[in-house]
Amino acid sequence: MTKRRLVPLIFERSAPGRRGYRLPDLDVPEVPVTELIPSEFLRDEPPALPEVSELEVVRHYTQLSRLNHGVDVGFYPLGSCTMKYNPRVHEDVTSLPGFAAIHPYQPEETVQGALELIYNLSEYLAVISGLHATTLQPAAGAHGELTGLMVMKAYHEQRGEGHRNEVIIPDSAHGTNPASCAMVGYKVVEVPSNERGAVDVEALKGLVGPNTAGLMLTNPNTLGLFDENICEIAELIHDAGGLLYYDGANANAIMGIARPGDMGFDIVHFNLHKTFSTPHGGGGPGAGPIVVCKDLAQFLPGPVVAKEGDRYTFVTPENSIGRVRSFYGNFLVYARAYAYILSHGGKGLREVSETAVLHANYMMNKLKDVYQLPYDRTCMHEFVLSGKWQKERHGVRTLDIAKRLLDYGYHAPTVYFPMVVDEAIMIEPTETEPKSTLDEFIEVMRTIAEEAETNPELVTSAPHTTPLKRLDESRAARQPILRWEKA
Amino acid sequence: MRYLPLTQEERKEMLQSLGVDKIDDLFTSIPQQMRLNTDLDLPEPLAEAELVRHFSELASKNNDLKSSVSFLGAGSYDHLIPSAIKHLVGRGEFLTAYTPYQPEITQGVLQSIFEYQTLICELTGMEASNASMYDGASALAEAALMACAATRRELVVLPASLHPEWRDVVRLYLESQNVSIAYLPYDEATGVVDAKAMEDISWSEAACVVVQQPNFFGLLENVGVFKKVAEESGALLVMAVDPISLSLLKSPGELGADIVVGDGQSLGNAMGFGGPSLGFFATTGTKLIRRMPGRVVGETVDTDGTTGFVLTLQTREQHIRREKATSNICSNQALNALMAAIYLSLMGKEGFKDVGYQCLQKANYMKQRLLEIDGLSSPFSAPSFREFVIEGDVDWEEVNMRLAEHGFVGGLPLERFGQPGRVLFSVTEARTKDEIDSYVNLLRGLIS
Repeated sequence: MTKRRLVPLIFERSAPGRRGYRLPDLDVPEVPVTELIPSEFLRDEPPALPEVSELEVVRHYTQLSRLNHGVDVGFYPLGSCTMKYNPRVHEDVTSLPGFAAIHPYQPEETVQGALELIYNLSEYLAVISGLHATTLQPAAGAHGELTGLMVMKAYHEQRGEGHRNEVIIPDSAHGTNPASCAMVGYKVVEVPSNERGAVDVEALKGLVGPNTAGLMLTNPNTLGLFDENICEIAELIHDAGGLLYYDGANANAIMGIARPGDMGFDIVHFNLHKTFSTPHGGGGPGAGPIVVCKDLAQFLPGPVVAKEGDRYTFVTPENSIGRVRSFYGNFLVYARAYAYILSHGGKGLREVSETAVLHANYMMNKLKDVYQLPYDRTCMHEFVLSGKWQKERHGVRTLDIAKRLLDYGYHAPTVYFPMVVDEAIMIEPTETEPKSTLDEFIEVMRTIAEEAETNPELVTSAPHTTPLKRLDESRAARQPILRWEKA
Repeated sequence: MRYLPLTQEERKEMLQSLGVDKIDDLFTSIPQQMRLNTDLDLPEPLAEAELVRHFSELASKNNDLKSSVSFLGAGSYDHLIPSAIKHLVGRGEFLTAYTPYQPEITQGVLQSIFEYQTLICELTGMEASNASMYDGASALAEAALMACAATRRELVVLPASLHPEWRDVVRLYLESQNVSIAYLPYDEATGVVDAKAMEDISWSEAACVVVQQPNFFGLLENVGVFKKVAEESGALLVMAVDPISLSLLKSPGELGADIVVGDGQSLGNAMGFGGPSLGFFATTGTKLIRRMPGRVVGETVDTDGTTGFVLTLQTREQHIRREKATSNICSNQALNALMAAIYLSLMGKEGFKDVGYQCLQKANYMKQRLLEIDGLSSPFSAPSFREFVIEGDVDWEEVNMRLAEHGFVGGLPLERFGQPGRVLFSVTEARTKDEIDSYVNLLRGLIS
């Protein structure tokens, strides 16, 4: 039986002998391959790649792109992911040959512009975080977490306190936090949230101790709430000899308003693809630089860039943990973040955060009468509703609401996270949306609440207008088909 | 601010609807003593035209390899990149999407990853590939950790002929989990690891043995030697491969590899000063597939029976398993994987073979021409593919500086890796005979 597909696979368009690119003719004298490489090393047949023309390739990927939602297509209120507009000029300036066509092992004298960019950006991130020294090597937020925890570990080991092996993490934290701890052999100790959605300080007091290596906190947290007790929390952890790690996933709320360094944090990672508008690219590439306090600078992965007079040079920090990636990280990604910072300046970044927070509060306020708001406080750049009323009263689940939103041309919010909220709906509008978009989305959310009441079946069977209907995820996991095979 | 559409009027209206007077009232949950009372100390904002000027100035301080001729490789390669790639990945539907959490409206990214996974399986001869990882080095580190988890052993055996930066990355990841590392020396004459090197390892404790093919010096390792010890001891065979070499070389699947990783930059991705790139990761067998780190896309059907794709096997992952996940990795390098997939589709079966063939022929041509120069020799006897080491009583840094005036970047002096007098050349299909001849002639004039 032939499968019904929206767009055929590239392999299904293949015809023997067709090609989409031609190399210049070989201009050096040829030697039989087997004189250069013994035949036991060689393949009998080249890999079975598709044989298609350039037009077919262009059409194929254009057709695929049309099945995809992006910020350019429509509103993307995916909480905790900061789906803001990605300025097009960043694509242009980073594709200049002076950036795109340079090799990581060129002599330093021939890449002074790239080193200057790294140096400046490292400084700017230090300014924004209120901390001291930066590494741009980590390739993503989770990679930054891993790097930060390795730095934390090196710090304790240098002080002869390598026995410290516990990291305290709130129950509302991103899954990467505990997973990153496991990657460095740290034990996760979970601290519960209190009735205001913040860290339960009394519970925390019972958890800190001689084995505390540190605490990882997102602030504002994953409920979109700023933890008011941060001073006390920082003091508790520092007094116990631990370090404070700031998960910068939600930094879009605080730029120019408050700095993690001033809150007492020792290590910060930024998700440049969130806060600093580098395109998410369908899941990457991102960049997750970390910035640390003065005492920790010696442990950063190397190399970092130093300035000697007018010259920029690579140096390795004195007690560097080593490397988390080859070369210098996702250079062309963080170059876009550098452009973003330069386009905004200090005042502009503050305005970004102010607007993001205003947008979130505006929406939250206009939705809280139809969806339960578990923590009714002023939120920061995002807020978390619960689909509990719809579930209890009409049998409509958060997943159904998310799918119904697709029918109206929106990407769904983040759902079922954080886990401390039943039927969670996490909405992050960002600052780059016009008010009209926010108003339209509010209207649609209210309409769906009404539909849930009057015509629940319409919502539970959504989506209706998307290229595909609901997909069978359990079948995909039960009988994994992870690649195409020739029939 | 050019990216903030909110008007003063609207701002006022919104504040009013919240019953507050000023924006500061929204930040009262931040303790007063923590609030910044001055602007961040950053340069004044640049308009788009000013930004372009600033970037052009910085770019002009870099000697780019469109205007210079480079023989640098060692993990980042100057291959030809078809024009269509940048136009396709520049489409906003790909560029400005995120991880495909809502499959009904993200089939574009999902299908492209499914196709990418298939292409990686074709290259490597493995059964399954993930959706890509940060880079080759971190993919190798994850492979070593996965081998430890799969075998419940805590020793990883690395070849000394592995790229030094990859070795550093693997070492850091493994040390963090208290996994031991043993090194296999390479033979000084051949430049590759031989059976003799295998003798001093406690193989019964080994989770895996790693082989890089071609190795850091561009030489072809005898994978059979690695496979034999792996098979005898129950260790997994992990291969770190160069994807372009797979156009000519036997697939890791045929050689009995259990996990295959590599860096995909050479597949249609810019060098970009070393990043972003992608790491590919593939394996074989249900048990290992279910231990893979990273995102994986699988095929399924929708409620109408139409075939489609979703993220799958998610119970391995951090957002569900938290500290018990197979890795902390969350994102992939989707756009870079897309570039790799488009590259492989454009090249196709024959074109891809041509790329490998031309690299091999051009590298060999250059190597022979260099060896005609008095005082230069080839320190290693094993066969090579696209890169090779040349040795001579020469200060290669100095040579590179002198030849830069003539528009050449030269090879990579290995002094920084503890091998003075040696230089690593990489010759791709992008180099021409003229460029090679000019370089060789200039070099001859300089050192003879």
